[in-house]
Amino acid sequence: MGYHIVVCGSLVPDPLQTLEPVQGPQGPALKNEMMLPAVLDPWASHALYEAAHLARTVAGSRVWLVSLGPKAKLQQVMMTVAQKAPFELVAIDGSASGFTDAAAVAGALADAIEAIPDLDRTRLLVFGGWESASRGASAVMQIVGERLGLVDQFQGVDALTVEDGGALRVLERIEGGRHQVSTLAGPPALFGWATGHLGEPPNNPQIGMANMRAIMPALQRAKPAALGAGPTFARVSLPKQTRQTRVVKDLAVDAIAKEIVDWIKG
Amino acid sequence: MRTLPISSAAEILRTLPDDAARQVMWRFGDRYDLQMVVQAARGVARGPVARMVAAGARNTHDWTPEKASLLAAFDESGITSLFVNPELGGYLAGPKNLALALVAFELAWVDAGAATSSLAGVLALEPIHERGTPAQREHYMRQVVPPAPGEGREQKRGAFCLTEPIPYVGVETGLLGGKVRVAEWPEGGEPVLQVDKRGRFITNMAFANFVTAAVEAADDRIKGTCMVILEEGDPGTFDRGVPTRKLVHQLSSTRDPAFSLKVPASRIIGGYTVKDGVIVPHYSHGEIIEAVFRRTRVTVGLMTAAKLLSAVEPVIRYQRGRFRGGDSVTPGSARHELGLQQRQDALHRLVDVWAAGEASASLGFAAARVFDEVDPFERRKDTYFAQKGLSGRAQLKALAEVNRDALEYLKLTRRPAAARDVARLAALEANELVRFVLLDSVANVLCPACKLWNTGQGATMMREAVSLMGGYGITEDCPGFLGHKWMDSQLEATYEGPEAVQRRQLSVTMTHEVFLAQFRQWIEEMRRIADAHPGTGACTLASAMQMWLWTLLYLQRTTDADGNKLYQGARQGVTFPLADALCWLLAARYQVLDVLELAEKGAAEPALAGALPGLVGFFTDLCHVQTARAAGEVGRITAELVFGYRRHPAWDEEGCRTCHQADELEALEEFIPGISGTARALGDVIEADGSHPAKAGPCARTEGLEPFLRMRAKMDGCLTGARLAKDRAAERLTQVMIPEALGYPV
Ligand SMILES: Cc1cc2nc3c(=O)[nH]c(=O)nc-3n(C[C@H](O)[C@H](O)[C@H](O)COP(=O)(O)OP(=O)(O)OC[C@H]3O[C@@H](n4cnc5c(N)ncnc54)[C@H](O)[C@@H]3O)c2cc1C
Repeated sequence: MGYHIVVCGSLVPDPLQTLEPVQGPQGPALKNEMMLPAVLDPWASHALYEAAHLARTVAGSRVWLVSLGPKAKLQQVMMTVAQKAPFELVAIDGSASGFTDAAAVAGALADAIEAIPDLDRTRLLVFGGWESASRGASAVMQIVGERLGLVDQFQGVDALTVEDGGALRVLERIEGGRHQVSTLAGPPALFGWATGHLGEPPNNPQIGMANMRAIMPALQRAKPAALGAGPTFARVSLPKQTRQTRVVKDLAVDAIAKEIVDWIKG
Repeated sequence: MRTLPISSAAEILRTLPDDAARQVMWRFGDRYDLQMVVQAARGVARGPVARMVAAGARNTHDWTPEKASLLAAFDESGITSLFVNPELGGYLAGPKNLALALVAFELAWVDAGAATSSLAGVLALEPIHERGTPAQREHYMRQVVPPAPGEGREQKRGAFCLTEPIPYVGVETGLLGGKVRVAEWPEGGEPVLQVDKRGRFITNMAFANFVTAAVEAADDRIKGTCMVILEEGDPGTFDRGVPTRKLVHQLSSTRDPAFSLKVPASRIIGGYTVKDGVIVPHYSHGEIIEAVFRRTRVTVGLMTAAKLLSAVEPVIRYQRGRFRGGDSVTPGSARHELGLQQRQDALHRLVDVWAAGEASASLGFAAARVFDEVDPFERRKDTYFAQKGLSGRAQLKALAEVNRDALEYLKLTRRPAAARDVARLAALEANELVRFVLLDSVANVLCPACKLWNTGQGATMMREAVSLMGGYGITEDCPGFLGHKWMDSQLEATYEGPEAVQRRQLSVTMTHEVFLAQFRQWIEEMRRIADAHPGTGACTLASAMQMWLWTLLYLQRTTDADGNKLYQGARQGVTFPLADALCWLLAARYQVLDVLELAEKGAAEPALAGALPGLVGFFTDLCHVQTARAAGEVGRITAELVFGYRRHPAWDEEGCRTCHQADELEALEEFIPGISGTARALGDVIEADGSHPAKAGPCARTEGLEPFLRMRAKMDGCLTGARLAKDRAAERLTQVMIPEALGYPV
């Protein structure tokens, strides 16, 4: 039968860029945000790779990627993301910034998921990041789940395996590098992914070109998201001292750990 | 829009140009397939390739298992099968010159050896693609495509073997040492050939399973030369030879192989016919090589271009951070924030590197696009002539007629709309042979121009980039591997035909009347652009183009002081510098056109919205810098050629014929007071005692050269404003935001 896997994820500025908060006309933003190269949010990326992997192993599965982001930027990001795995895009035009209201974003995503034609709710697995590089509040996916009435929710997921008989075995991160194991009878459910265990698939233009046939029309169809006014921010600043990028070669793991410990101790 | 929105204080260059800008400039904004290919190649370049270089894989010229793993990365990311048409297992339809150029550009952004490794596979297939029989194409193209899971087929890789041990094939492709003989010829059956070929510097040779090799007949039963396909496993010796102890491109494999193999005659690329008991190959090795290099050289030119542009970000980062951490260098101070960017020369030199990188990328991608355009016309031309049974001289004669049509077409397009023979114009426009001739004459110039200038001048500019990093520049640790890139450029300038070959080819193709007729139109085009966009330096360029053209025509009809013809093949001292001068012009022209494209089409690109004015302003200034430099080169070269072959007058009877005699001047002084002083200021005067001013001879005469002198003076004036543009561009470099760290390991 296969699963209907919907992955929620959008873009964030490439993490190597200089990220400087500025006050824009619509509230806080990043300096030159629209000009910075963007990537699919790393947590959402893991969710997407896991979804593709699951879809490959369970025949008859389908994968959608639901993305709320500025349309033009989304298109650019798709040139890479679409090469990673087969999926169908549902695009919503709007800000992908973390300064929007999490509930409004979740609402837009849930609406978009509900509007997917042919989506079988009994087979539905909603994937996303348990946090994102733009917000990191672990809020959006939980609210999406609530809005869709998905009571089985797992956050910080590192593994999802299908057992004989169709039960789903889930590993969720807990303290101390350990995992909590749960077993679930089956869909529908929501999973906020941590990093999972899969590496980034190589780019494959052939997959990309196949995906793009549907992605371009999806981008053209993308409706503007109604996110409302959202919160107001009195002040936004970057913890500057944490962004001292240094490029060091050949450092042993122990030495890296020691340096971090020394830094924490101040 | 009449003027580009340039250089108001608010329009700074905000970030480095991104993919959205490049896609517009290099004209693949509407090609998602190519955009994906770019991302795929970039993933390999900035991932496994960069990690390998950073880990020191370049410190050996041996082909290691680690290096071999790159082939798998090429396979996985679609780079290997990019060249193959969909019906044979590839995925990209249509001509692939631009696609291959983009891949080479992305790979060489990190390491040109990796780019070469991937391209050598294409080079091996090109002879088969261009001139192979349908069966050969079907067989070999399919074999290089990575097998699909479960397909159970072994993937094959190829090498291209032309170059031979000294004294044979190098620059001079005519001197073939490789031989082909008839080994067996069964009655009524297919002949078996004995092929003996030694190669020198053959890329991919550590692992290639088949080789396309150039050989000459050493048997009365075979005619001329040809290319044959040799396979590992053919009876005889397939010796991969010793690795070349090369100092560059160590991520590719290069060896000196030796082959002594028996192969069926069906391996002759393009097939053969038997005439009076003699095997006559359909294509000579020369014909095949011409068709192959014509395309693959463009990609090489783009490798060096990528390296120049890749140097910008690491250099800016180095300059800004140069003094950070010093006791007296407090955060927020100019020294802390700008570092070496406080120094004008450091900025100006980086502007030069960037401008040269833009120009060479523009030239290279323009060349790739022209080949994409000409490819289908060329195929149809071949079919047309084959159907008509025209080949060799007969074909050349037929093409000469098409040339006349093409010239007529160009003439008609320049007439005012009312004075045109509209029907004739439409007929010529619809004539595919005319289209072919127009494009082909440009392609024949652009290919050697981009190979020559991008790599040769690119190597010089790469040295500038390295020097901007100080001692760091020539270490293995230099971010962006700039030292490696500098040295690598020298190979790019050498393989697939070194600079001399490109100059020789240009010296012929650039005199083609159809090219020159288009060149004349380009001069007018640059003036029009200058009118609408004065800041681009297009006017300077037009003046320099005019001067180049005048000089070419002058040299073609003039003799030197001894009465010897100036513009002729053997006189490389005349033809080669003029070829160099043309390259400067072409590169700057395409740079201007690309910026214009960005200014005009960028606005429709939402991803560029806020960045556009700053980008266009900055790129416009870079154009101005580059056109001024190009004009300077053209002025220097043409002046040397125009004057250099005249004999300087000496203080002898002949030389002094135009000198004034002091005693005559004194006599005239009575009637024309002051003439004596004026004559001394303006000309040469021989004193009464026979003495003369201390110099090499009377000043050189310039009769007949007045137009040149006028153009030269005008062009100098055209440089007005160029240095202001450079200052502005330099300032932008101090403001542009760059990422925190390079996007690939160091
Ligand atoms: C790393 C590497 C990889 C290579 N890969 C391949 C490959 O895969 N397949 C292959 O077939 N070859 C390959 N080559 C060979 C390469 O193409 C040749 O080295 C190149 O074409 C130059 O030939 P040559 O070395 O014999 O130079 P030469 O012919 O000796 O030329 C040296 C110089 O002499 C002068 N000169 C020679 N002839 C003329 C002339 N007519 N007019 C004016 N000046 C002239 C020029 O200054 C020229 O640069 C590779 C080379 C290297 C180094």
